Amino acid sequence: MSGYLGGVLVILCINVVLAYAVFLPVAAGQLNLGGAAFQAVGAYATGYLATNYDLPVPLVFVASGIASGLIAFVFALSILRTRSVYLVLATFAFSEFVSGVIVNVPALGGSMGLPVPPHLGSTVVVAVTAATTVVVLLLMQTRFGMAMRAIHDDDTVADLMGIGVRRTRVAAFTVGGVLAGIAGALYAFYFNFVDISNFGADSSIYLLLFVLLGGTQTIWGPLIGAAFFTVVPELFRNAVAELPAVTHLFGFSGQLDTSWRFVFLGVATVVMMVVRPEGVVTRIGLGRLLHRTPASVSERSQPA
Amino acid sequence: MTAGADVILSLRGVTKAFAGLKVVTDVGFEVPRGQRMALIGPNGAGKTTIFNLISGVFRLDEGAILLQGADIARRPAGERAAMGLARSFQNIRLMPHLSVVENVMVGQHVRTRGLVDLLTPLWLPRNRIWAEEAEARLRAFGLDTYPNVVTANLPYGIRKKIEVVRALMSRPKVLLLDEPAAGLNPAETSSLRDFLMEVAAEGVTLLVVEHDMAFVRSLCERTVVLNFGRKIYDGPTAGVQDDPGVLEAYLGRRSAKGKDAAAAALAEGSIHAS
Repeated sequence: MSGYLGGVLVILCINVVLAYAVFLPVAAGQLNLGGAAFQAVGAYATGYLATNYDLPVPLVFVASGIASGLIAFVFALSILRTRSVYLVLATFAFSEFVSGVIVNVPALGGSMGLPVPPHLGSTVVVAVTAATTVVVLLLMQTRFGMAMRAIHDDDTVADLMGIGVRRTRVAAFTVGGVLAGIAGALYAFYFNFVDISNFGADSSIYLLLFVLLGGTQTIWGPLIGAAFFTVVPELFRNAVAELPAVTHLFGFSGQLDTSWRFVFLGVATVVMMVVRPEGVVTRIGLGRLLHRTPASVSERSQPA
Repeated sequence: MTAGADVILSLRGVTKAFAGLKVVTDVGFEVPRGQRMALIGPNGAGKTTIFNLISGVFRLDEGAILLQGADIARRPAGERAAMGLARSFQNIRLMPHLSVVENVMVGQHVRTRGLVDLLTPLWLPRNRIWAEEAEARLRAFGLDTYPNVVTANLPYGIRKKIEVVRALMSRPKVLLLDEPAAGLNPAETSSLRDFLMEVAAEGVTLLVVEHDMAFVRSLCERTVVLNFGRKIYDGPTAGVQDDPGVLEAYLGRRSAKGKDAAAAALAEGSIHAS
C-alpha cells in the first residue's frame, strides 16, 4: 500500500467507525455532537494504558471501548430528558468538558499530547473497521435495531407499543460510545501520538455530517457520508492544483491555495443538503430501487 | 349487561385538567368483554383525552382505570400494552421509515421475552416466526400487496388499516380506535367496518371514538356521549338520536321543529359533530 493512499484509507476506516458511533444514537433519535470527545476518551485510554502498562494490544482495544462506553452510559442517563437542539448543545458541552479535563491532567500529557508506543498497520485498521461494520449491520437487523428506528420515527407511539424508549436510547448511546472508543484506539495505535486538538468540535461536526448527509435510516448512509467527506477533499486537493490553468482563461491570474478545497467542500455540502435533505441513502429510495414500488403506489402517497 | 362479572375495562370518576382547565370531569363507564362500544361527542368533549388517559399518554388527576380489575391509571404505557391494551390514533401514526411488515412487527414488541429475542437477527430461523406471523395477518386482511414498502409511500386508507393490524399484533384484550373512519371514502369506510367486525369476532373488545354516526350505528351496540368533559348519555346506540340531552349538546336549545330536524339529521348520519 502506497503511503498516501494507505493514509487516506486508514483515515477513511477510522471515520467509518466514528460515523457508526454517531449513527447509533442518531438512529434512535438522538443527535450527538460529541463524537470526537468519545473518540478522545478511547484514544487517551489507549495512550495511557500503552504507556504505563504492558498489556496485550487486543486488551487495550477492549479497555478503551469499555472506558468510552462507560462514560457514554453515564452521560446518556443524564441527557434522557433533553431534546432537539438542547440535546445537541448538551453533547457539545460534554465534548468541551472532556477537552478541558484532558488538557489539565498531567498524566495524560496535558496540551503536550501523549506518545503511544506500539504501531499497528493499516491491515489491523481495515480489519477492525470491517468487523465493526458487520456488527452494526447485524445489530440493525435485530428487534433492538427495529426498536431504535421505531423510536426515531415516533417515540410516543413506540412507548405505547411497549418499547422501552429510555432503555433503548441509553443502550444505543452506550454502544455508540464503545465504537467511538475503538475508533480512538485505532487512531492512537496508527498515528502513535494523541493530541487533544485533533478531537475538537470541528471533528465532531464532521462526524455528525457524515451521518446526516449520508442518511440516518440505513447503515449504508454513514458509510457513504464518511467516504464522501474523506475522499472528496482529497480529490479537490488535486482539482485545486489544476485550477489556475482554468481560471487563467477567465482573466484571473491569482494563485489558489489548496485550502480552497474546503470552500468547494462547503459548497458541495450545502448542495447535498438541499438536494437530499434526508440524506443520500433513504429507505424510500432503497425501496424504490430494490422492491420496484410501482409509481402508482408512490404517487398516491398523500391523503385525498 | 350486569356489572362486575365480565367487565374488562372500567373507568371510575376519571378527572383531568390542563393548566387548571378541566377537560374531563368525573367520567365513569364500564365496558363488558367483547362489546363494541362508541365514545362520541362534539369537538373538545374530551374523547381523545380519555383515550390518552387509558393508554397512558397522560396521567389522570383523579379516579381509577381498571383493566380486568387491576388499576392501571398510574402504570407506564408499556406496561398497560403488555396487559392487553392497544390503540390507534386520530392522525395515523405509523412509523414512516419502517416497511409495512416492520410496522406490524413493532406491535409484537410486548410479546418478546429476554435479550435473545432482542439481540438476535430477525432473519434467523428462530426469529422468522415474527415476520411470518405479521405477513399472515396482513394477508388475512388483504393488506399483503406491498409488505416491504415503507408506509410513507402508501395510500391513506391502507395505512389506516395497517395501523389497526399493528395494534392487533400485541394480542390486545381491548382495542381503542380514535376516529378510524375519518378521511375514508364510503367504500373504504364500509370495508373498515367489515374488518373491525372480524376483529371483534375474534373476541377483542372495541372502544371507538368516531364522528361518523352511520359508521357508529353499524358497528357499535352501545354508545357513551360526552359533552364538555362530562358523560351525558350511556346506553344503546339506537337511543342516542332520541335523547334530549344529546340533541341539546350537539345543536343547542331549539324549537320542537328544530329538534325534529336534528333528530332526523342524526338518524341519517349526516351530522358529523365537527
